[in-house]
Amino acid sequence: MAIALDVALAHLTSRKRQTLVSVTGVVLGVAFFLAVSSLMRGSEQDFLKRLVDNSPHITVYDEMRHPSAQPATLQWPTAAVSIRNVKPQRETRGIRGWPTRLAFIEALPDVRAAPVLIGSAVLSFAGRQEGVSLSGVVPEKMRHVSTIEEKLVAGTLDALAANPNGIIVGQGLIDKFSLHLGSTVSVVADDGVSRPLRVVGIFRTGNASIDETQVYVLLKRAQSLLGRENRINRVIIQLSDAYTARTVAQTIEAGTGYKSVSWIEASEDILSLLLVRNLIMYSVVSAILVVASFGMYNTISTIVMEKTRDIAIMKSMGFHARDVRAIFLLEGVIVGALGSLFGVLFGLALMWALQLVEIRPPGVVEIVHLPLWWGADQCALAAGFALLSCVLASYLPARRAGRVHPVDILRGQA
Amino acid sequence: MSEASTAPDAAVVIRVEHVTRTLPGDVPVTLVHDVSLSIGRGEFVCIMGPSGSGKSSLLYLLGLLDVPTQGKIWIDGRDTSGLGDDALTDLRLDKLGYVFQFHFLLAEFSALDNVMLPIRRLGRLSDDAARARAHELLDKLDMGDQHAKRPSQLSGGQRQRVAIARALANDPLVILADEPTGNLDSKSGGNVRDILRALATDMGKTVVAVTHDAHFASVANRRIGIVDGQVDMAWRPS
Repeated sequence: MAIALDVALAHLTSRKRQTLVSVTGVVLGVAFFLAVSSLMRGSEQDFLKRLVDNSPHITVYDEMRHPSAQPATLQWPTAAVSIRNVKPQRETRGIRGWPTRLAFIEALPDVRAAPVLIGSAVLSFAGRQEGVSLSGVVPEKMRHVSTIEEKLVAGTLDALAANPNGIIVGQGLIDKFSLHLGSTVSVVADDGVSRPLRVVGIFRTGNASIDETQVYVLLKRAQSLLGRENRINRVIIQLSDAYTARTVAQTIEAGTGYKSVSWIEASEDILSLLLVRNLIMYSVVSAILVVASFGMYNTISTIVMEKTRDIAIMKSMGFHARDVRAIFLLEGVIVGALGSLFGVLFGLALMWALQLVEIRPPGVVEIVHLPLWWGADQCALAAGFALLSCVLASYLPARRAGRVHPVDILRGQA
Repeated sequence: MSEASTAPDAAVVIRVEHVTRTLPGDVPVTLVHDVSLSIGRGEFVCIMGPSGSGKSSLLYLLGLLDVPTQGKIWIDGRDTSGLGDDALTDLRLDKLGYVFQFHFLLAEFSALDNVMLPIRRLGRLSDDAARARAHELLDKLDMGDQHAKRPSQLSGGQRQRVAIARALANDPLVILADEPTGNLDSKSGGNVRDILRALATDMGKTVVAVTHDAHFASVANRRIGIVDGQVDMAWRPS
């Protein structure tokens, strides 16, 4: 192997310009691979962060994933006769015994949970009425699981906690009803119960449908308005590591019996879209490396052609076909390794330069930086792929070199 | 059948029996036809004949670079028929050394590195020992002071001497030379001829050389004429 390495190095160093062009091709390929994939993965992470931050990591619903089995089925599980059209048992909606179940969830590590009762109501003010989604929350717990507090443009969650007759309303409703902090609105529940509540907070999410239809009151107030004392129908959960949501949701579902949906499950369509996007991105950036490896193939093919006489003499001297193949494969490995090394360095420099780019989207005050992903795995991926391309590109010329028959060449020379 | 006589006292190093080499094709071409001969240890044998008579083809067969279509070749008592490419290569590395008309040195390597190449490939000596052996061979051929030079920095005669040193690197039984002086002036050619003769007489190597040069052939123990791929002992250069 040491001789093969010596000969390979001698071939490459004697053709400095061609070698430099090949290495440069691989360097550019690896660098662009790295820069583009880090931008794409950076934007993916940015997108996921927004997705994850703005929605609960896990939501526990007051329903079962599968309807409970009928008594007849439980009694005779292997019965030959089935009873059809049996209606499921009527149950009052809501999570039963929620304080115990909530305690179970909160006892799990790195989990923050808040109970919520969601129902529909009608907001009435100055003769105008609007259907809204009413959420009964516990402010102290809610602030740890939701971004509602950050979205408040007026008032505080504490004001809601301090005022049993307080309500937090979205900016959309405020505009529609010409309300302001301290206004009193009437909230009418499904069964006609009406209650005047004072606006103690105004939030703005930027999403019009939420800003116009969502209101928050205290959990107790929601329970009495909706006529569902001591009931809740959602548990909203936030985790320290959002990516453990799927397994934690399974644990919670197994422990509580209620359907627990992680954000991963809820956003499966978006995640599969991101996967497709990644596949497209890797295909495109890999194409750059494939083109670079053609340059590599060209160089090693030229060396094999130029060195046919040397190959013949080495084989006549006692070099096996595999020794000759090893020489040209090593040339591929050397160019690939050099290209990968300098490509990764150049790619990191490109990423650093991209990070300095400042973008000011129209109408936005905040300066936006390009999202970049600095993962070591993509460096390894780019370098590994480049090395593989180079070895594959040198394989064909190497095989051709191994097949050189000394006598054919010697006869030609004589 | 054509038979070339052998030196009766010498131990046989190369034995060839009824060897024929035919190139396949629409019109098959016979390069060597039914040749039998024996060459002994320490012999200096010249193969001579007109151009295209099959001299070099016979040399490639003796040197295991080509495989006969028919017949058998023994090298140092070992039957080479049926051996695979790897086994033939190993036998070449161990027992045979080549000198060609064109020096065929690797241009990127120094004279010393060129000589070291077969020694390193055989792998019996350490790198230091291989270097010492290469120096010793170059010294013997009066090339000791040129060891660091690349082939392009050497004259034709010097290159051929390096090529001879490389052929001797693994201390082979047989040196096969294909027109070793064909590309040299008469002085350098005479020098190479003397070296090859000394290898046979002083070092006991068997030297088989293909040549057109009657003066070169005059120092050989034996001359084998080849005409139309067959041994013709009556052939003399015109």
